[in-house]
Order: sequence, then C-alpha cells, then structure tokens
Amino acid sequence: MNAPETPDTHRMIGAAVRRKEDYRFLTGNGQYTDDVVLPRQTYAVFLRSPYAHAKIRSIDIAAAKEAPGVVAIFTGADMAGENVGGLPCGWLIHNIDGKPMNEPPHPVIAHTKVRHVGDQVALIIAESVKEAKDAIDLIEVDYDVLPAVVDTATAADPGQPQVHDEAPNNLCYTWGHGDKAATDAAFAKAAHVTTLDIVNQRLVPNAIEPRAVNASYSKSDDSYTVYVANQNPHVERLLMAAFVLSLPESKLRIIAPDVGGGFGSKIYLYAEDVALTWASKKVRRPIKWTCERSEAFLTDAHGRDHVTKAELAMDADGKFLGLRVHTTANMGAYLSTFATAIPTILYATLLAGQYATPAIYAEVKAVFTNTVPVDAYRGAGRPEATYVLERIVETAAREMNIDPAELRRRNFIRSWPYTTPVGLTYDSGDYSGLLDRAMQLADVEGFPARREESKKNGKLRGLGYSCYIEACGLAPSNLAGALGARAGLFEAGEIRVHPTGSVTVFTGSHSHGQGHETTFAQVVADRLGVSMDNIEIVHGDTGRIPFGMGTYGSRSIAVGGSAIMKALDKIEEKAKKIAAHLLEASAEDIEFKDGIFRVAGTDRTKAFAEVSLAAYVPHNFPLDKLEPGLNENAFYDPSNFTYPSGAYLCEVEVDPDTGETRIQKFTAVDDFGNIVNPMIVEGQVHGGIGQGIGQAMLERAVYDNESGQLMSGSFMDYAMPHASDLPNFDVETSKGTPCVHNPLGVKGCGEAGAIGSPPAVINAIIDALSPLGVTDLQMPATPHRVWVAMHAAADASAARGASTPA
Amino acid sequence: MALSISLTVNGKAVTATVEPHILLVQFLREELGLTGTHVGCDTAQCGACTVHLDGRAIKSCNILAVQADGSSVTTIEGMAKDGELHPMQAAFKECHGLQCGFCTPGMVMSATSLVAQKPDLTEADVREQLDGNLCRCTGYHNIVKAVVQGAQAMKAAP
Repeated sequence: MNAPETPDTHRMIGAAVRRKEDYRFLTGNGQYTDDVVLPRQTYAVFLRSPYAHAKIRSIDIAAAKEAPGVVAIFTGADMAGENVGGLPCGWLIHNIDGKPMNEPPHPVIAHTKVRHVGDQVALIIAESVKEAKDAIDLIEVDYDVLPAVVDTATAADPGQPQVHDEAPNNLCYTWGHGDKAATDAAFAKAAHVTTLDIVNQRLVPNAIEPRAVNASYSKSDDSYTVYVANQNPHVERLLMAAFVLSLPESKLRIIAPDVGGGFGSKIYLYAEDVALTWASKKVRRPIKWTCERSEAFLTDAHGRDHVTKAELAMDADGKFLGLRVHTTANMGAYLSTFATAIPTILYATLLAGQYATPAIYAEVKAVFTNTVPVDAYRGAGRPEATYVLERIVETAAREMNIDPAELRRRNFIRSWPYTTPVGLTYDSGDYSGLLDRAMQLADVEGFPARREESKKNGKLRGLGYSCYIEACGLAPSNLAGALGARAGLFEAGEIRVHPTGSVTVFTGSHSHGQGHETTFAQVVADRLGVSMDNIEIVHGDTGRIPFGMGTYGSRSIAVGGSAIMKALDKIEEKAKKIAAHLLEASAEDIEFKDGIFRVAGTDRTKAFAEVSLAAYVPHNFPLDKLEPGLNENAFYDPSNFTYPSGAYLCEVEVDPDTGETRIQKFTAVDDFGNIVNPMIVEGQVHGGIGQGIGQAMLERAVYDNESGQLMSGSFMDYAMPHASDLPNFDVETSKGTPCVHNPLGVKGCGEAGAIGSPPAVINAIIDALSPLGVTDLQMPATPHRVWVAMHAAADASAARGASTPA
Repeated sequence: MALSISLTVNGKAVTATVEPHILLVQFLREELGLTGTHVGCDTAQCGACTVHLDGRAIKSCNILAVQADGSSVTTIEGMAKDGELHPMQAAFKECHGLQCGFCTPGMVMSATSLVAQKPDLTEADVREQLDGNLCRCTGYHNIVKAVVQGAQAMKAAP
C-alpha cells in the first residue's frame, strides 16, 4: 500500500482502518431486503411479457384469481383506473433545434402494449411465491405480436417498427454539444485525421444481490413503509410520492437496509417498487418481491449501449486540433430515471479528457428500442467517453508512428484551473506525473525484452495505455439544473451528539459496499476526538435522515463527506460556546483540538464529553444566547464537479492459436486528491477494474434481431468475471492534487477503475496483434473475436500480397 | 405431500416437515431464519448460497432440503465461536476481502472448505477453485489475499 503517510499517528483520516460493518456481513447478520419478513406477509410475482413488442388485446385473470393462496391480482388497467402516474424521467434534454426531448409515457404495469421482453403485465399477490407462480400459469393474455426493433445503430432508420407513437423514428432526442463550426474548421486544416468506429456494448450490472422490495401499509396513519434495495431512499420517496402515487411525502417511508451492490442499477424508481407500495394499501398486508436472476436480466436497467463514430484531427506533430464524435445511444423501451443524461451531460463533457484539444463537437442521438431500459452503470457516460478518447488517441499514435505515451504528453493539459471546450473547469491535476509513475511501476522499459521472451514461447505480448479523467462528486445544483436536471444534487449530513459524548451521524449518502460506516466515522473521529467505537453512521432511512440525494456518481465522500464537515463546523462552533460558558471565558478564546476545549494560553480545559453532557443538562445557560442541545445539520451543494484522473497500463499475452488473452500485469495510478481510507480506496479501484476488464474481455448483453429476445439471459450465457479471469492489480493511489473546492480536498474514487480500464485492455490486445496487421477490435475481446481478427488480418495481407505485381 | 426431515444445523438438532420441492437454501432462510446464506442467481453459478454439507462446500440452491435429511449442515452463522471470528472470517476483515457483503458468506464457506482440502494453497489455486463464487464488488484481488492469509491462520490455529 502506498497511502500518503499520515503525519500524526492518532489521526484517522488517511489510515487504513478496518471496517466497522464487516462483523455483521462476515457472520451472516447483515439485513438485506429479502431477509425482511413482516407479519401477515404476502408474496408478489410479476407476469411478464414473453414478446419484445405486442399489443395487449385482453388479460383474463378469472381462473388465476381462484387459484389456491391468491390474495389479489392487479393489471395495468387497474392502475390506470386509479390515476397512478407513469415512472418519471429526471433529466430533460433538448434537441439541437431547441425542442424538448420526446418523453413517452412509462406505465408502471403495461396497459395496452408491451415493449420489451420482461415488461410487466400483471402483479400476482399470494400467500407464497409458489402459489403466486402456480396462479400466473392460469392467466391468459391475448397478445397481438408486433415486429420489434432492437439494434441501436439502425433503430432510427426509416421503416423500423415504432416503439412509441410519441417518438417518430424512435428518436428521443438529437443533442449537440461543443463548437461545431470551430471543430469543422480544425478538421479542414488537419495534417492527419484518425477515424474510429466504436461499439460500447450493452452490459448488465448484475449486482450479486438481486433487487427486492417489501412494502406495507399502516391503516393507523394511512402511511406506507417500503424496504427496498436502493441507493438513494429520499430520491425514491420523492419520485414515488410526488410524481407517481400522489402521496404526501410524510406518508411514505423508504428504508434501504443493507444493499448488496448497486453500481447504478439500484438508483432508479422501478415499477416493482411502485406496484407493491400501491398494492399494499389495496390488500392491507405487507407484500414482498425478490427478483430472480433471469428476471433481473430482463428488468434491471442495463448499461452503456452506444454506437459511435469518432474522428481526431491532428497537426503534423500529433497536436490535437479537434475531436468530432457522433454517438447513437440506446434508451431501451422506456426512459429510466436518469437515462437521458448519461450519453449527454455525463459523456460529451468529458471528451477533452486530459488533453488541451481546442475544438470539440459531439452529436448524440438517443433512440428507443424494444429492449430493457438503459441507464447509469458504474461510470455512467464517463467510461463511454474515455473509451472513445483513449482508443482514438492510441490508434492515432500507431497511425502516426508516435509512441502512445509521447503523443499523450504532447497534448496533456499542464496548468490548472483549465476550462475545456466542452464546459468543465478542471480544478487540479498532474497528468504527466501520473503517467510517469504508472510507466515506472509497470516497468515499460523492460517491456521489449518481455515481448521477445513471449515471442520465443510462441505468444504475442502487448502493452496498452489509458489516461482518464472523470467528472464526479455530482454535482453543483445550479449547473445541473441549467443542464436539464429536474433535481438538485446537494447532500445532507446531521450530527447528533448524545449527552454521554457518543455521536450519531445521519447521512443522505448510502453505503452498498463503499464502507461509509467506517470512512465517515473516520472523518468525525478526527474532528471531534471521539473514538470510532463511539460514532454511529446511519444511512438509508428517510424516516431518520434529512433529505439527501444518495450514492452514485462517486459523490459520497466529496458531497456527503462535505455535508458532514459543514455540520461538524456547526457542532464545533456551538460546542465552543458551551465550553466557554463552562469555563467562564469568551468563545473566541476557546481552542478545540483532539477532543479538548482549552482557554487559549491556559491549562483550563473541558473534555468533549463534559461539554456534550452540559448541552443536555443546561444549568445556568444564558438561554437568551445559547440553546441547549448539540445537534446540527448541514446541506452541502458543491461548487464544481471533482476531477479524479489516472494513468492505467495493461500488459497482455495473446495465444495466437486460440485467441485467448491473459492479462500479465495491470497497473493503475490514480489521483483522488486527499484520501480518507487508502484500503477502501484501493478496493474501489480493484472492483472498478474488475468490471472494466469484464466489459473489455467478457461481457455483452445480446438481443436477437428477429425476435427481440434477450439471448444472454442468465449467468449461463452472460460472462461474468470469475476470480480465474482476473489478475492481481498493481494499484497505487498517488499523493495526488487535493480538490480545491471541498473541505476535505477529496475527489471520490468509486467509478474510476471502471472508467479507465477498458481502453487499456483493448489497446494492449491491439498492440499485441499489430504485427499481424490488426488495427482495431470491438469489445468484448473474446478469444473468438481475437482469433477472427488475426485471421482476417492475415487474409487481408495475403490478398494484398497476391495483388502485388510479381 | 410434506416429508419429515432430521438434520443437524450448526451443531443443533433440527426436525421439520417440508414440501419435497423446497430447496435447502429456502429451508435455511425461511424455516430456520438463517438468512446469512444468500440467493444471488437461479443457475447455481454465483455461490452466494454455499454451505457445508457433511464437511463439503455445496451450493444449497442446488440441493433439496429433503436431500439433507440425516446430514450435518454448517452455515455462515456457525463459523464464529462465542462471538469470535473464525480465522478465515478474520482474514477477510483484515484484508478488506468484502465490500457489500452479499457474496461473502458463500466465499467464506467455499474458502474454508478449500483450505481444509489443500492447506498450502497458492493464489493460483484460490483463483481457480473460487470459480463457483461470483463477486461484483471487489475484483477478487483482496478475496484472494484473504483466503491465502486465512489458510495460514487456519494452519496456525490450535
């Protein structure tokens, strides 16, 4: 490990503190949503469409309703009849011509049409899952099957089946970003243009815990309590209450208990969450639903699914003059909560990367298809942007015969703050320093010798780079609003000091693997001098926590941590006043350090626990100036995104006989600014790289063009990375350039690994295959695809050889 | 058509009447309330349901409860003794071998069984033998370290 050395050994920030949450997870005492069973529990199963596109002519539930154990059956008609709203989209994007995007209705349960395999058709509630499933078999649905469209690249072509009447040509929007004229002008004077066609393939997030809901209605106060595996309970509550069920928010409590991974897929307001909540009042019993894995493949929001043509214009020395990108992004059958922002705001704004490219223009066409809705998945738009940029830069290096590290160095941004032509101002960084260090760690100097050694053993060795930057710590609300967000992106933190001096922290952030119960406690421990054991972090319950926006977009430490810091400021200020009262001094003369309040320049002190007790036993308080209690909250709205960056190097060996690729070494050097817990940060990078390698080499969600069926519908067909697929990682968290605009100087690290890694892997494989004439490869680089690429290159060069005059 | 079964679970004798179609994982979670064993898939691939059956790591989603009649089952809840973590559990904590915790019980059960079979296992052994346990959070890096460290601790334990 390589954390910056913490100068003061009893400071928590910067220390690899082992996690408080581990004990319960290791001993089987975690409480995940499916573990929750309520009195008089009923069980829900959804009837789902077996067709990609069909009209629903009729649904006959008569026989099913009489089946043993059935409590109730509801259809889309029932919900429509009670004015249940559709699932909302949280980000409004405008077309280039200024018109707002097409926003077709998104029913909770399909009413007149089904639009993807898996689309909800009916909700069956029974005394057991088995009885619900037996009843489902008795439901008769008369479908009028329609032709389906699934292919992203051609969905907007004339003559395609129309997914929504409200979206002609299956277009959601056509959005532009950047300076088109300046970019075209740059291309006009380029010495060299590199062009690349890229498919960023559809992925299925597949957190190991499937989604689950347990919704109950309380007749005593007409309220609902909903347990749900979710990343942002307040957002869930706001969307469901205000926009779908027309409930006062005070009547809906959302509890996200332990959640087994999210990666974005548990952000959204899903149909099942709403349907169960609504139905719980109908049946007056709690209703429980747990997604099965093959059901998750058909209902969890999928990720990525872009088709892109990118062009990079350079002068004769490889200086980037302009970047032009055209992307078609698949929205799926309906707009998921943040879908529209992923290929726009979170994508095009990153197309400068680490480079001082002066002119950039991106045009993004978002299309509807008869597939599962697509939304944020770890990285959300930034992996797609980084993949375009780092692939085209390395391809350009090869074409121009310039070393790939050198080409990057010629174009790095070297002074900060730097405002890019795509709208972001990077506050701090040191890109060339990171690359230097990564190359050193990866022993790039020794690579030629290693390649020779591989060659002797009949293998092809390659080295690939990826220098990424990302924008996270979402987000300044005013900027987000200006860009179309229908929500703010602040975070909430409340610090409750108890009379005995222990502390409970309520955070709007949510931990589903990130270790906030430990890292946030480290922050509080350092400030208040309270031991980690006496600090409790509470998250995930709208009934206990002020309104926060939840965890995604690598925002928890940057925004949630900052909210806690602001609340700590208020606690410290109030505590000093109480200490001043106790010490009969003025508050300005009180110093607070390591849990002790001292009258400056004297040895008169009070301990934190004495002050906290006094706060709740306020004898002789000057009540006109000082309230009892020690409990403060803060809402923090960041002034900018944060900008983690890194240099990744991947070294591979390819077997030319089988196309099999083994990663020999994966080196990652990241700048996350200040670090709270280096062990947890590295774990986040490991996990992100694991998913990035999964995308680069293994995973792909495949739809059949004819039938619209999801062919990769289970773990049998969708290649999840196993331990045997991945190498050890050489991860170093650089001392970094602290973020200049938040109190902790942190940048966040949750998604970086998934953002930076795919280009490094593919660049490495192409480097290995380039002596054979391979110049490009689409993800995933399965052995079959690598083998095909090698043989296609060999055939092409043989053909060229054959046509050369003797 | 309910059937009567008798088995030992975490050292305690259990007698129950179950429907023939009930999986062992359902029996453990729903009948016995031992919710530490998790369901993560429907094709017996993720391994989150791994328990020990007569000393062998098996996937409890892939066996009927009635098949466990007369057997001894150990779940994750049976690994710590008197609140003290088993050396493998302690190794996972020390090495940060878990994040969301959902795959963790299955990993610990697979790992302890693996180490019992091959006490001097290498990292390569671990990667190969954990093929039946999926993790989406950690990228496996720290899990592998934890299992190797846990193996050493298990050897050293009295």
